[in-house]
Amino acid sequence: MFGNLSGYEGSLFDEFRRLQDEIDSLFDQWPTTTGVRSTAPGSFPPINVGATPERLEIYLFAAGLDPKALELTIQQNLLTVAGKRQIALDKAATYYRRERFAGEFRRVLTLPEDADPERVDARYADGVLHITVQRKEASRPRAIAVN
Amino acid sequence: MAETKQVATRQADALQREAARPELVLRPATDIFEDDHGITLQMDVPGASRDRLTLQVNRDRLDVEAEARIAMPAEMEALYADVRSTRYQRTFALSSELETDKIEASLKDGVLTLRIPKRAEVRPRKIEVSAG
Repeated sequence: MFGNLSGYEGSLFDEFRRLQDEIDSLFDQWPTTTGVRSTAPGSFPPINVGATPERLEIYLFAAGLDPKALELTIQQNLLTVAGKRQIALDKAATYYRRERFAGEFRRVLTLPEDADPERVDARYADGVLHITVQRKEASRPRAIAVN
Repeated sequence: MAETKQVATRQADALQREAARPELVLRPATDIFEDDHGITLQMDVPGASRDRLTLQVNRDRLDVEAEARIAMPAEMEALYADVRSTRYQRTFALSSELETDKIEASLKDGVLTLRIPKRAEVRPRKIEVSAG
């Protein structure tokens, strides 16, 4: 009956995005278990985690950070990344959109048991924080020779 | 024979559908603000580098496309992913008082800043009132 104002910006993809959000929120209502240290979907920064037989590869997509202000700690198998993203506001300007995350953030990852907390390496480049955690030798698959 | 043919056709259909399916793209979070001299856009495109960035102005349309390049070991198995694409794409509608041929772009630590100046004649001017 009335025109849809939400369609102004967009293409068909925005419609898909809306649908996806709706489906996501639908699943949120299911009685699933919430991890005690997990964050709500859409939290900053987004994280990808991958594994190879030797290492765990963790990527945090956090543009515009000062790597010195990042606090990275590992305690047993809990990896914590905390920091603050400061976005200076131009007082004289008129803001139309403020979608970028600003403020303090903290994300905690529970690493698999075989993660070696002594051998962690972190690099920040092009707005991506890449953390590499070596896995303990004993847990790697190895061939056993049959005599 | 006829049956074999049919199966083959179906497979081709499925492949076509697969190809036609739009690739998943990320819509980068953007801040937009305006001052007396122009409009500034700041976008989060973590992982994107300068050589993988395309800015295109077509009349009043600004298309921003970027590709994140992230070094990942080939044998890596994904355990968890918040980010499921490496392609950023977003389109903005500009307005006629903006000087689209004078857009300045800079990229630092995954933040893309676009500065679009306004035409000199439309910048707000303060008019002094003289006495007398």
